[in-house]
Amino acid sequence: MSLRRFQCAPHLAILPMALVAIVAYLGAALWTLRISLTGSRTFPSGRFIGLAQYQRLFDNERWMLSLHNLALYGVLFIGACLLIGFLLAVFIDQRVRGEGLFRTIFLYPYAMSFVATGLVWQWLLTPGDGIDGAVRALGFPGVRFDWIVQQDMVMYTIVIATVWQASGLVMALMLAGLRGVDPDIWKAARLDGIPAWRVYTRIVLPMLWPTVATVLLLLSTAVVKLYDAVVAMTQGGPGTASEVPTKFIMDHLFLRSNVGLASAGAVVLLVPVLALLAPYAYARSRKEAA
Amino acid sequence: MTPPIAQPVIESMMEQPPPLPLRLPPPARARQRSRRRRLTPARIGIYAFLLMAAAFFLLPLYVMIVTSFKPMDEIRQGGILALPHAFTLAPWRQAWSGVCTGAACEGIRGGFWNSVWITLPSTILPILIGAVNGYALSFWRPRGARLLFGILLAGAFVPVQVMIYPLVRVMALAGIFGSLPAIVLVHLVFAMPVMTLLFRNYYAGLPDELFQAARIDGGGFWRIFLQVMLPMSLPIIVVAAIMQVTGVWNDYILGLVFAGRDNLPMTVELNNVINTTTGTRQYNVNMAATILTALLPLALYFLSGRWFVRGIAAGAVKG
Amino acid sequence: MANVHLHKLCIRLGGKDIIRELDLQVAAGEFLVLLGPSGCGKSTLLHSIAGLVDMDSGAIEIGGRDMSDADPSERGIGMVFQSYALYPTMTVEANMSFGLRIAGTPKAEIRRRVARAAEMLQLDALLGRKPAQLSGGQRQRVAIGRALVREAQVFLFDEPLSNLDAKLRAELRRELKLLHQTLGSTMIYVTHDQVEAMTLASRIVVMDKGAIQQIGTPAEVYERPANRFVAGFLGAPAMTFIDGALDGAGRFVGGPISLALPAAPAGAGPVVLGVRPEQVEIRADGPLQGEVTLVEPMGNHQVVWLRCGALAMSALVHDGRVFAPGQVLGFAIDAARVSLFDPADGRRLGA
Repeated sequence: MSLRRFQCAPHLAILPMALVAIVAYLGAALWTLRISLTGSRTFPSGRFIGLAQYQRLFDNERWMLSLHNLALYGVLFIGACLLIGFLLAVFIDQRVRGEGLFRTIFLYPYAMSFVATGLVWQWLLTPGDGIDGAVRALGFPGVRFDWIVQQDMVMYTIVIATVWQASGLVMALMLAGLRGVDPDIWKAARLDGIPAWRVYTRIVLPMLWPTVATVLLLLSTAVVKLYDAVVAMTQGGPGTASEVPTKFIMDHLFLRSNVGLASAGAVVLLVPVLALLAPYAYARSRKEAA
Repeated sequence: MTPPIAQPVIESMMEQPPPLPLRLPPPARARQRSRRRRLTPARIGIYAFLLMAAAFFLLPLYVMIVTSFKPMDEIRQGGILALPHAFTLAPWRQAWSGVCTGAACEGIRGGFWNSVWITLPSTILPILIGAVNGYALSFWRPRGARLLFGILLAGAFVPVQVMIYPLVRVMALAGIFGSLPAIVLVHLVFAMPVMTLLFRNYYAGLPDELFQAARIDGGGFWRIFLQVMLPMSLPIIVVAAIMQVTGVWNDYILGLVFAGRDNLPMTVELNNVINTTTGTRQYNVNMAATILTALLPLALYFLSGRWFVRGIAAGAVKG
Repeated sequence: MANVHLHKLCIRLGGKDIIRELDLQVAAGEFLVLLGPSGCGKSTLLHSIAGLVDMDSGAIEIGGRDMSDADPSERGIGMVFQSYALYPTMTVEANMSFGLRIAGTPKAEIRRRVARAAEMLQLDALLGRKPAQLSGGQRQRVAIGRALVREAQVFLFDEPLSNLDAKLRAELRRELKLLHQTLGSTMIYVTHDQVEAMTLASRIVVMDKGAIQQIGTPAEVYERPANRFVAGFLGAPAMTFIDGALDGAGRFVGGPISLALPAAPAGAGPVVLGVRPEQVEIRADGPLQGEVTLVEPMGNHQVVWLRCGALAMSALVHDGRVFAPGQVLGFAIDAARVSLFDPADGRRLGA
């Protein structure tokens, strides 16, 4: 319904949205960009220094480590979530008894905060007192699971904790996608004598592409935003072994009083997000034009 | 907390009923046959996998609960998986009213009430504004609204750190930094994309002719919203409320930065309790405190079930 | 009741021209049907008369007053939608009185109008119910009632019967016709169903691709279609079109068909002959021959499909004769009622 006559009320009504979008989102992002081009320390300064902050950023060992950690984490987290979530969805879809109960069990971790998740898994993976202690008590002496205190293994513990939390969500989304598949396809496949696992991999999985795209988008943004779980579980440690970009930025904003450097980090963090959004926005605008 | 949006498939997912089996129930004869379904190795494998997965998922919850009822010496003796021998409620009492969160040692109950006072307005306000936004976007389409909405959606995917410092400066300049209004305002800002999306999709699913009939009847913007659309919005309001309560209660970073020392939410205090105490760690108290913090959203989840899932399918995902 | 005048109406939606330079005069009190296939612009036209869609140029007059920029609620119209569009959270009574309450009509007057409409539409017992508790036919009556209480000058109907099953559709169709006879209001009705158009209309406007193809009484558009589109759109089974030529001596020849046309235009040249099934008479002594390919029994008549050379023709048979596929029989065409069309642009030739 096109309304050429100017109506006051709708425009006034979306004023809050306009304010938020322009000031809080656009404005803040642009301001951060501006700060990243200055020599700000504790407070924003007006001293433009061009791309020097970015230079310092990429010379910063902690930052480079955080990027490396994030990349490693990202691949493992997304891969594991997709695999586990998909398998869970497929198995639940087999008309098992107690389906509702299983779904409830797999999805409840998603209702917990990242902080709670991080804290519990920190406890579970504590060497000696945690799970490895219990396993030893069961009669397997010499079992020691101390990844959480080992510099080169600690990121994997974060993967475990966050995969535990997020797989249920992936399962729920995949299940909804699976259930949207035309049931007659199953019947046709049965008539053709195709075994179930083949139907899943060759027929259903390609049909699930939109769902998978959604899940990928969600998981990828969650990866970039990873913060709470790291703070709760390892505080970035041992040392700086589990540092991630968001924590780097937060620490430099509020603890180490280097607003310029932190802002540069924030802008750099924006790049993968925009890279993800761009093809997606393009695909949607193409769909709407069609 | 900024929830990223699940835009792809959102519209189609909204149309889908909550994940209940779409297949028609088999005719009576076939149903009998399936009940006497043979336990093939494949079926056994399926159940085995699902049960193992269930164990993995339930493990932390079990350990949390079990640890919180044990006295410390039992924990020190090891056996994280063992049931408590000397069942005790002391850790709970300690967690609620005794642990030290920073300066004070009043327990985590202060954080509980802070979270309540933060969550209530941070749920009601975004729902109201999201509803009006969604309604305006869906039926009236004022100039520039689509662009604004696009900015909001893009912003929802962006990490909070990109916007947090300017917001801090603005709040400080306005003199409200570190107060309840500040944290509520911040939650409103970061909830707006998802809330608007939820309501816009919902109203887009309502028949346009309803709106046209109301226009012919002479209804204006607000009258149609308040007397026709809002009364019809109960399902989506419930979903939005569940998503928002969960998201705000579980938020950590925004509360940490904006709430101010007097209003720290439960999650922040929990982290303070566990990760900043010196001396021996009281695991049982820690676990009790963790359960207390996670209790509200978990209870909401277990009680609301179907609505929670509907919220996920509608694209509101916490990030 | 009021008349409606549309002057040179142009509507663009989504960058496309939906309606181009359309002129239409609707007389006061007539039942005008906008008929056409989906996408022809009839709904858009109706919505622009209602003020729900803005036009890009042109003028709309209702009752002699210019309503081009008026709000939908100020145009003195009532509208009934295909999906009824009842407010689900309000009772039937509230649904019908909503518009009047907004306009500030005094309570007594509201009660009077609602009672009158409810009586006309047999809704008295249902006033306290919500739409979810009503059947499809009842909902549609409430939708009509909502338009009635506005005591409008012009009533607009947007395919109101399409969501009903066939039996209910026929019933409500008759009720609508009775309503028009009782009220005498101007009614503009959009449909793609030619049966509805033929039975309800005082005049039919046949539309295609945003332009009016023909305006006329049901008899006119049926018997004397202005072009090939109208001819093919109205009538079921559809008119058979036969390519051929006039020989200059009043005779049409096309394939195996040869027909003397008493009312043919002078001159020779290629033409298309249009024959309706009821103009084909199957009789043993008919001058033409055809082979039966298919028989469709319809209860009170049969449709017999014939193959004549390369042509497939349909014939309507009203008696109980039995035909079998493969049977060869004779038939005749009623030359007085056939139509002739220009093969190039499809317009009607001759009278």
